[in-house]
Amino acid sequence: MFDLSGRVALVTGASRGIGRATAVALASQGAWVAVNYATNAAAAEETLAAMRAAGGDGELLPFDVSDAAAVTAAVEGLVQRKGPMAIAVANAGVNVDALLLRAQEEDFDRMLATNVKGTLFLAKAAVRSMMKARFGRIIAVSSVVGAMGNAGQTMYAASKSALVGMARSIAREYGSRGVTCNVVSPGYVETDMTAGMTDEVRKKLIEMTPAGRIGRPEDVAAAVVYLASAEAAWVTGQVLGVNGGLRM
Amino acid sequence: MTGSDVSERVRALIANNLDVPLEQVRPEASFINDLQADSLAIVELVLALEEEFGVEIPDEATDKIRAVQDAIDYIVARVPAKS
Repeated sequence: MFDLSGRVALVTGASRGIGRATAVALASQGAWVAVNYATNAAAAEETLAAMRAAGGDGELLPFDVSDAAAVTAAVEGLVQRKGPMAIAVANAGVNVDALLLRAQEEDFDRMLATNVKGTLFLAKAAVRSMMKARFGRIIAVSSVVGAMGNAGQTMYAASKSALVGMARSIAREYGSRGVTCNVVSPGYVETDMTAGMTDEVRKKLIEMTPAGRIGRPEDVAAAVVYLASAEAAWVTGQVLGVNGGLRM
Repeated sequence: MTGSDVSERVRALIANNLDVPLEQVRPEASFINDLQADSLAIVELVLALEEEFGVEIPDEATDKIRAVQDAIDYIVARVPAKS
C-alpha cells in the first residue's frame, strides 16, 4: 500500500519542519522528490540527505512560491527533466502573530503572498502536467487555526482557511481528470514555527488534546503520503485534520 | 505539409482529445453543442494543439475557438504549409 515508486513530487518549503518530514516520507515511499526552499540552502541540503538516508532520491529546487513566473518556470523545467508531476505539496508558509489591533498590512500581504498565492501558483503549474497524465495529487498544508481561529493569529488563520475553498474548487474542476486536491490541516506541531510557544501555552494545548501530546512533523507527513497515493483516488476536496484530536 | 494536411491533423487531434468519431468532427461542429465538450475540455484541447503544432494560443484566442473550423483556421494561419 501507498507505494509511490516512479512518481515525481514537489514539496514547497521543504527545508525544515513539516515540509522536510513530508519530503523524506514521500521519498522513502519511492517518490522522486524536488525539495523546494526559498532561502535556507543548508537546511534543504539536510532534507535531501535525510531523503537519501531513507533510500529515496530527489534534488534541490529553490524558488520563491509567491513569484508566479518562478513557480511556472521551476515546474515546467522539472516536468521536462523528470516527466509528469504526480504529487504537488503546497507546504511553504509564513506566520506573523499579531493582535488584530496591531495587525500590519505588510505582514498580511506577506502571508497572503506565500500561503495563499503560493498555493495557487503551484497548483496551477502542476495541474497542467497532471491533467495530461490523468493522474495528480495536489495537497495543501493548512492549519487547525484556519478552522478554529486563534487569538493573535487573525491574519494567519485567514490565509490558512483560504486554502480550503481553493482546494475544493480545484477538486471539482479536475476530478474528472484523475487529479485530486485535498487539504491537510495540522494541529500544533513541534517545528521552528511553533518554537516560540510558551510552556504555559504548550501545557494547556496538551491538556486540550486527546492524544496528550504535541504533534511531530512525521505525523503530518504520513497523512500527506496517504493522500498522495494511488489508493486515495476517491478522496478529494477533503480536509484531513492531523491534530491529536484537538479539533474534531 | 499542405494546409489540408494540417486541417486533417487538427481534426484527428480533436477527435482523439474529445473521444468522438472523426466523422463527427465536421468544420461547423460546435465544441460545446455538438461535441459535448465542457470549458475544461476545450482548454485541454488547446493545450494539446499548442503542443502538437508548437504554437502559443493566448486565452483571448481560446475564447474565440468555438467550432472545429475556428481551430483549423487558427492553426493553419500559424503553421507554415510545406510542400
